[in-house]
Amino acid sequence: MDKSGQAYWYAVLKLVGMVLGVWFLAGYVFGIILAPALNNIHLGGYPLGFWFAHQGSIYIFVALIFIYAKLQGKLDEKFDVHEK
Amino acid sequence: MGLQAMTYLVVGLTFAIYIGIAIWARAGSTKDFYVAGGGVHPILNGMATGADWMSAASFISMAGLIANMGYGGGLFLMGWTGGYVLMACLLAPYLRKFGKFTVPSFVADRFYSNTAASVAVICLLTASITYIIGQMTGVGVAFSRFLGVSSEMGIYIGMAIVFMYAVFGGMKGITYTQVAQYIVLILAYTIPAIFISLQLTGNPLPQLGLGSNLSGADISLLARLDQVVTDLGFGKYTTSVPGSTLNMFVYTVSLMIGTAGLPHVIVRFFTVPSVAAARSSAGWALVFIAILYTTAPAVAAMAKLNLHATVNKAVMANGDMFAAENSLLYEERPDWMKRWEVTGLLKFTDKNNDGRIQYYNEKTTNTAVADKAAAAGWAGNELDVNADIIVLANPEIALLPNWVIALVAAGGLAAALSTAAGLLMAISAAVSHDLMKKIWFPSMTEKNELLAGKISMAVAIVISGWLGLNPPGFAAGTVALAFGIAASSLFPCLMLGIFNKKMNKEGAMAGMLAGLFVTLFYVFAHKGIFFIKGTEFLGLIGGANSFFGITPEAFGSIGALVNFGVAYAVSKFTPECPDHIQHMVEDVRTPRGSKLIGGAH
Repeated sequence: MDKSGQAYWYAVLKLVGMVLGVWFLAGYVFGIILAPALNNIHLGGYPLGFWFAHQGSIYIFVALIFIYAKLQGKLDEKFDVHEK
Repeated sequence: MGLQAMTYLVVGLTFAIYIGIAIWARAGSTKDFYVAGGGVHPILNGMATGADWMSAASFISMAGLIANMGYGGGLFLMGWTGGYVLMACLLAPYLRKFGKFTVPSFVADRFYSNTAASVAVICLLTASITYIIGQMTGVGVAFSRFLGVSSEMGIYIGMAIVFMYAVFGGMKGITYTQVAQYIVLILAYTIPAIFISLQLTGNPLPQLGLGSNLSGADISLLARLDQVVTDLGFGKYTTSVPGSTLNMFVYTVSLMIGTAGLPHVIVRFFTVPSVAAARSSAGWALVFIAILYTTAPAVAAMAKLNLHATVNKAVMANGDMFAAENSLLYEERPDWMKRWEVTGLLKFTDKNNDGRIQYYNEKTTNTAVADKAAAAGWAGNELDVNADIIVLANPEIALLPNWVIALVAAGGLAAALSTAAGLLMAISAAVSHDLMKKIWFPSMTEKNELLAGKISMAVAIVISGWLGLNPPGFAAGTVALAFGIAASSLFPCLMLGIFNKKMNKEGAMAGMLAGLFVTLFYVFAHKGIFFIKGTEFLGLIGGANSFFGITPEAFGSIGALVNFGVAYAVSKFTPECPDHIQHMVEDVRTPRGSKLIGGAH
């Protein structure tokens, strides 16, 4: 792989790592591991930990895919590997 | 118009639409047949993926499961949505760039081995066929409950409809009917939920209603529900966890990576025009899925509260639930209860002979509740409620008009038929393209391959219909098995193929087989070898859930870890992956140069 190809791939891995970091935080950390603690905080009538497991994580997943698609698209253009 | 006539009208109308689309979208080439010509707009593709993904189980059973499990039911909500994030950033764009029709084609080329592809075909067929049995029985159940025909007749009608648009239209027919089916099923799911949310909280959006105060009361819906269920001896709704937190964690991982590894979902990303479109299509798919998945927890909690309120007058009045006069008199039960008693999904047994319905947790460990129940003369729980009722009877419980009830019937059928069609597509492509064209008869012409695809789909419809008519004893365990297989074999294999360019065929095959073996071993230990009763071997693994308390349904993620580990270790001791394959992987990693997916090689 040439230099720019390698740099592109590292940039992709970094982006995917960040996306999966948020994914893990929303679903597993807030929705499961910290849920009992977060339940002491309320969001309207929702205990917060319960909200993350039943609502919030899903909204975050949706937003995350579109943000990923957008950033990845920019990365493709920066390294000039986008589709024409 | 009566309920029955209205149901016939609505279901008949939706079927006419599906058939109309099928005639319009006939497939003329293998490219039409396998990937709908490869040019479906990402938003339409997202809708089709949503219908493909949301099965009879999502539509009918999920809300009921959540109502029973409370907070812990969130594992289905997160597990069946979070997989799309993995799909979008780990698999879909790369498989789309690779540019072939099917998942086993990728395995064949990437691991330069027809044996590896055959292993992938076996995993794919097992996962898809086990999954489809549930859809066919779902079609039968929906027909028999709503249209008054026998379950067998329902399955025959369902087979005929799927045959028409799947065999003649291929992926193209399936994709465009799924768009229509998505619209039907999402309306059927959300309209009753909006009515009920309005009735209970005054907020028309169920997602907000679930977090609102009850109409005319100074307490939130969830807080009241928590109060009611704990007073009746059930676990607190907003905190109860099935098994341990570790099990919930591992179960969620299994469902997520299983989702990303299910072949009928992956092939959806071959139908879009470009790599960038594959990424955004995953986002659109999740938008359309999330509309149902964020409504489901509201349906669950509201229906649960409504059900308790129906049988105990103290629930809404905040009175003493153990006072004799607050339990519903059986003679005064509402009509919908009578209707569902006929189906056997709702059962009342008057254990203390007082003519009133007592609905509580008789096995509660809370002695205060047990004492109160005993003092009130309650002799055990008297109402058995099947979880499926939560969605199906929801509009009746809330006294909604007949057309809403008819719409729910059409929605349940749309959910089951669309998923069945997607699975049939994955099965037929694996047989006609991966086995026949690539391994057995490489000289086959495109025309013959198209014919072979149609014939193998017709055969698959007959087999799945037969399995739906004669469901094997293991039907209940099949979904766990499908996710376990996808999670432990296909997902790791695809991921390694893209992200580890040195991974060789020996490693990939050893990994797939090891992951599959470990998962099947654990599942069979609990449920019997190939689900045959009496062949369980729990003693050998040290009792039920002996691996850190993890249930067999959740074990796919452990299988995936084994797969990754074995694949990596084996690849270190076997010949390195050839150079041209490593170059191919590098090429798959960049979007530039993607082509419309074509049939020729």
